[in-house]
Amino acid sequence: MNEISALLHGFSVILTPTNLLLMMVGITLGVLIGVLPGLGGANGVAILLPLTFSMSPTSAIIMLSCIYWGALFGGAITSILFNIPGEPWSVATTFDGYPMAQQGQAGAALTAAFTSSFIGALLAVIMITFLAPLVAKFALQFGPPEFFAVYLLTFCSFVGMGKGSPFKILASMGIGFALAAVGMDTVTGQLRLTFGIEELMRGFDFLIAVIGLFGIGEILLSMEEGLAFSGKSAKINPKVVFETWKQLPRYWMTSLRSALVGIWMGITPGGATPASFMSYGLAKKMSRDGAKFGTGQLEGVVAPETAAHAAGTSALLPMLALGIPGSPTAAVLLGGLLIWGLQPGPLLFVEQKDFVWGLIASMYLGNIAGLIVVLTTVPLFASILRIPFSIIAPIIVVICAIGAYTVHNAMLDVWLMLLFGLVGYIFKKLDYPLAPLVLALVLGDKAEDSFRQAMLVSQGDLSIMVSNPLVGTITGLALLLLVWPLISKALAKVRKPKAQQFAAEQPVD
Amino acid sequence: MDQQDTAATGSRGVATFTVEIFIAVLIFAFGLTVLFGSRNLGSGWTSDGPGAGYFPFYIGLILCIASAGTIWQTMRAGRGDGEVFADGEQIKRVLTVLVPAGIYVAAIWVLGLYIASAIYIAGFMIILGKFSPLKSVVVALVFSALFFAMFEVWFKVPLYKGLMDPLRFLGY
Repeated sequence: MNEISALLHGFSVILTPTNLLLMMVGITLGVLIGVLPGLGGANGVAILLPLTFSMSPTSAIIMLSCIYWGALFGGAITSILFNIPGEPWSVATTFDGYPMAQQGQAGAALTAAFTSSFIGALLAVIMITFLAPLVAKFALQFGPPEFFAVYLLTFCSFVGMGKGSPFKILASMGIGFALAAVGMDTVTGQLRLTFGIEELMRGFDFLIAVIGLFGIGEILLSMEEGLAFSGKSAKINPKVVFETWKQLPRYWMTSLRSALVGIWMGITPGGATPASFMSYGLAKKMSRDGAKFGTGQLEGVVAPETAAHAAGTSALLPMLALGIPGSPTAAVLLGGLLIWGLQPGPLLFVEQKDFVWGLIASMYLGNIAGLIVVLTTVPLFASILRIPFSIIAPIIVVICAIGAYTVHNAMLDVWLMLLFGLVGYIFKKLDYPLAPLVLALVLGDKAEDSFRQAMLVSQGDLSIMVSNPLVGTITGLALLLLVWPLISKALAKVRKPKAQQFAAEQPVD
Repeated sequence: MDQQDTAATGSRGVATFTVEIFIAVLIFAFGLTVLFGSRNLGSGWTSDGPGAGYFPFYIGLILCIASAGTIWQTMRAGRGDGEVFADGEQIKRVLTVLVPAGIYVAAIWVLGLYIASAIYIAGFMIILGKFSPLKSVVVALVFSALFFAMFEVWFKVPLYKGLMDPLRFLGY
């Protein structure tokens, strides 16, 4: 099998002492980011991006993706011990995780969460190993219209699958696109929408937006709630770990189902957050102990954690194979690729074999390393949460400021970060989703380029978007998703409305 | 939220309805700006393909439509049960973070990142955290030194030293 030999080659690329060390550093930093309020996968990776500028692309992506795994693992610690989800995708973990901790089973809940995360990620990585090269090979035949159709599909699926008001999703996306258009036009070289302000020539960098929206915005939200941590202490010893592991095989069906939900939601830009809620809801409905969910069921921890990690991992598939990220964090990793001079997209699998397979191999190793690190260091990270918020908050603001400054060495960016922070706070409170804004800001230029190229080919005839079965199907699917809110409303009127339990959840990760 | 609760916390807050409309109007204005800005660039078809303003023009249009839709939805839902965006206490708490953060960024501009950060962390701890000045200053200095070592020395990423550059004597 081609993929297996390529993967083994990937392992030989990454198995150097430096890379293994970077992996450990990355995981530890990632868990730290996941545990601290205000720092998450997306802005954590964005802030640490400048530190990797001097590394080789392979080493850099290994460290950054390990930060990402670490952040996914870390979210579970705060949800279970403190009932505070460190990341939006671990909200569902609190439902059963915190009750377990209250009953003195924190160790079991944590072990179950970490192990399920690991299993979810592993299944997703196996899927990526075999599916990504196929998708990339298929995408090599794509021309500008096909690529634009895929972009269209990405953005329309936000509207179709998002849970909030479709107008707000559109508005958030439009702001992203508009900000992306500011600056030098890539085709004609004209300055666009700068309104005579010279500093705007560079345009808006999405890294600044990510750091502000997710970092500063989160700090403002935490502050508003007047955070007071009151956590349960965690004791994890090998005995608890093995006893929990003995129980886990009973829930294999839940794990498998959740992983599938996660993989599906991760590839389509649904994201880890809705995936975790959906699989928690499914597990509750299908489990024999469904009625007891919410009182501290091990299964209620397994389901959301498996799905969140599977989704977080599979979000990297469209990024690798098509150059279209499935989540803001994947978008930041994609931004990293561009900075290191790699062109993401299907050609990556042909031209940068070492890099791609090194990254995929590091997903396997990174998750194993992650499991070991989190199982051994939980008490340490839990103690970080006992540091008062009035020490952590200013330090996080400082870290965000440093991160924003280092992107372009510009003071204006630090001001913009603050502004984006305020926007993030208000948008989160009003249920404007942030993910579409970030993705539109990242992909805006590329979507526009492919649109303009397609229009040049067709001399301005929009029918090129349905000119062959492939592009027609993708465009059709995109338009279907765009009007889905209307269709589902019509359907709901025909059928009897069902009680929606997690309707308020937004894909914000 | 029951009636009593609303009466207790909601009396001196900002209604979600007001903020919702305000933000939607802002987005609408933003959309109009984009719309006219790109029209000036040439949003039509030029001799060598779509003009520079072609794509942004429609983005501006989408923004206007989306914010008009949000206003319509909010209006239709009405003020409802008078849901509160943030009550007085919450606004105060948010401002106690936001205002110092603004001063901090201005201080970076003048004093450079390391010194401004040290003052900011110490000030935040003393005033908002009610820590003893000694402990606060030690924590602030330790973190600033750590950042300095990490960025200037280990990773060789120079950070902003400010207009006055008070750390010039260190030679970095």
